[in-house]
Amino acid sequence: MSDTIKLTYNISAEDFTRAGEASSDVKSKLKKMGISPDAVRKVSIAMYEGEINMVIHADGGKIDVEISPKDITMILADKGPGIKDIEQAMQAGFSTAPDKVRSLGFGAGMGLPNMKKYSDDMKIETEIGVGTTVTMKVNF
Amino acid sequence: MTLKEFVEKSGFTPVNVSTDAEEIEVTKVFCCDLLSIAMSKNPAGAVWVTVMGNLNAVAVSVLTEGACIVIAEGIDIDDAALEKAKQQNVTMLKSPLPIFDAGLHAHNIING
Repeated sequence: MSDTIKLTYNISAEDFTRAGEASSDVKSKLKKMGISPDAVRKVSIAMYEGEINMVIHADGGKIDVEISPKDITMILADKGPGIKDIEQAMQAGFSTAPDKVRSLGFGAGMGLPNMKKYSDDMKIETEIGVGTTVTMKVNF
Repeated sequence: MTLKEFVEKSGFTPVNVSTDAEEIEVTKVFCCDLLSIAMSKNPAGAVWVTVMGNLNAVAVSVLTEGACIVIAEGIDIDDAALEKAKQQNVTMLKSPLPIFDAGLHAHNIING
């Protein structure tokens, strides 16, 4: 018997109406499991930002979530354009989001910095024209 | 103060009121329009004052466990946002006041 829960979410491209559903679902599952509110909040923020990034920059993608008794790992994989300069993308305020996205209240260049800030470990693998995979871990 | 009391005392126009309004405790006021900042800073139980009347604001309020959203400046709440608010049981109020004035008014109500 395994103590690990595995979940998969498909994120649709350009669909802001559904963005946040995956993070909401994970959040409610963690709450039911009795995970500390601090950890739940960190997961919610990090995963929501990742979800929004996939909607804005890639043609959607897939999020695999693994919840163990000690931590949660979120693997966000997309087949988008890739990140040209990760260091630049990690700077708060740097954004390549289009105006349409900015008018919705996103695109402030806080996505990746928030993901880094609220996860205990974050790894980005990216290739131009192929896609990006972000792996985030939050300890309970 | 409960959310129900806050909604009644504030005089803000209720667009959708949570069925749990009597149980939700209102803690403080938070003002911000950038959703990424609101996402990381909106306190639990907050009255969040913003002009972002879209469904992503609803998602942010749900994820941060805010008490309610006040859409200031008389900005319309779009249909998708209203639909989402009903579905997620999120309280949304409207006010013609500018953000600061709406926030100050809410602050004064919460702090008596």
